[in-house]
Amino acid sequence: MKKIEAIIKPFKLDEVKSALTKIGIQGMTVTEVKGFGRQKGHTETYRGTEYSIDFLPKSKIELIIPDELVPQVIENIERAAKTGKIGDGKIFLSPVEEVIRIRTSERGKEAI
Amino acid sequence: MKTMKPFIFIIILAILFFPTLCSSQEKSGPDLKIIVDTVWVLITAALVFFMNLGFAAVESGLCRAKNTVNILSKNVIVFCATSLAFWAVGFGLMFGDGNPFIGLKGLFLLGVDNSPASGDAYHGIFSSLNWTGIPLFAKFFFQLVFAGTAATIVSGAVAERIKYFSFFFFSFLMGAIIYPIPGHWIWGGGWLSQLGFKDFAGSTVVHSIGGWSALAGAYLLGPRIGRYGSDGRVNPIPGHNLSLATIGAFVLWLGWFGFNGGSTMAADPQSISLIILNTNMAAAAGGLAATFTSYFAIGKPDLSMLLNGLLAGLVGITAGADGATVLGSIVIGFIAGILVVYSVIFFDRVRIDDPVGAISVHLVNGIWGTFAVGLFNQEGGLLYGGGLKQLLIQMVGILAVAVFSLISNFILWKIVQGVMGLRVSEEEEVQGLDIGEHGMEAYPDFSLKA
Repeated sequence: MKKIEAIIKPFKLDEVKSALTKIGIQGMTVTEVKGFGRQKGHTETYRGTEYSIDFLPKSKIELIIPDELVPQVIENIERAAKTGKIGDGKIFLSPVEEVIRIRTSERGKEAI
Repeated sequence: MKTMKPFIFIIILAILFFPTLCSSQEKSGPDLKIIVDTVWVLITAALVFFMNLGFAAVESGLCRAKNTVNILSKNVIVFCATSLAFWAVGFGLMFGDGNPFIGLKGLFLLGVDNSPASGDAYHGIFSSLNWTGIPLFAKFFFQLVFAGTAATIVSGAVAERIKYFSFFFFSFLMGAIIYPIPGHWIWGGGWLSQLGFKDFAGSTVVHSIGGWSALAGAYLLGPRIGRYGSDGRVNPIPGHNLSLATIGAFVLWLGWFGFNGGSTMAADPQSISLIILNTNMAAAAGGLAATFTSYFAIGKPDLSMLLNGLLAGLVGITAGADGATVLGSIVIGFIAGILVVYSVIFFDRVRIDDPVGAISVHLVNGIWGTFAVGLFNQEGGLLYGGGLKQLLIQMVGILAVAVFSLISNFILWKIVQGVMGLRVSEEEEVQGLDIGEHGMEAYPDFSLKA
């Protein structure tokens, strides 16, 4: 089992979600986050003075998937979240040791 | 529609019988002019009262979420305090008979007064108001909402750092002393009015006086923490709700039709029509000028500057709304809109922190509007062949009010500072005055904190 963490542009969230549910993904966790990468922040002005916004708002998607779905999930996230402009975000992949469904005490793949 | 039927029926009945009612009253009750004038003054007074909401909305919108409860509270309590102070002391000092410098009669609204009798028929202690034929309570209420406006101007400039009860105490002194004394000079039959100084609805009396207090308060308090960097940088502290600020600006615009329109204290059709049109055109020109000035001077048409600009136009036309032409009003408003943008930038440069631009709107343009009477008044203005006389008189008034205001404000602000302190603790300011002063939040279920 693997964990996918994808940081994406917030307005791409709906497209990414439908691209994933289409291939059978049944759940995910989404968080509103702030941060910066190569895009850095941007400047705004207020009453004659410029100031910089260093941390931009992004959406973070977390989902746990069986190993065999990894290439397909990554490909779908990439395709749906891409605008080609700086700030599209990143996808992180990491191993997961165990998954437990609290209601039924199922373990492993069955619990995803 | 069903529920409307009885109302429509009553209205039709009223229209049918109105002429009969009027003619029957002509014999026994007050004459129609007194009725109409009184209704006009009370309706416009209600519009001016509504400006309290405008100030509350503009100020809280242009400040941070963590200080919203505090700013709203200040805007409510300031009218409560002024109401009592102006009734007990202020109205008497301002309009009561006395000497050219101060009124000495009419504390607590007590004393002889046979209003609505006017002119030579008037007998009483408020002879400076004998030119209007309405009952004393209407005169008082109309003047009270003006005093409240002057006092509430201060709130924005001292926002986000002043102690709640210190502000309350100062509001009381403002309504009892700072506002009424120069007010007596100009509207209460004092020495400036005898000199021929013109300030129709209070560019000086209300806005400059409020503005001077705002300047003194903002200066004595010092800037908000983090506003100015040690390297000379100005750090913007964006307001938390520009929608609210915009609602407030429109409420003020609406209220101003009462502010200027009612200052005739009579429903004189020609005059109130021109005044209300002038008021609107100056506001429009002010907004227009400010949006383009901010576009050219700072790169973007800043909304907060646009709002300040239309308010600047309104303040600017307040002194001359009765005597300027429509075109003159547009020019006055347009210049006000330019002035306000550069004034905001200027006060930041000299490190006087005014979160909402109250000093730039009310003080700077109160002075401009008063000065503009000497230029644009159709009778006596320089541009209408009246020579320099009126302009010089206007400048004497501006200067006299400046000197009195600076001295009285510093003394009274210092008294407040000595008695109870002015500024909240650093810790409280950082956390927000809502928690520190009031123990509550305006938006308790919003989680974002900055």
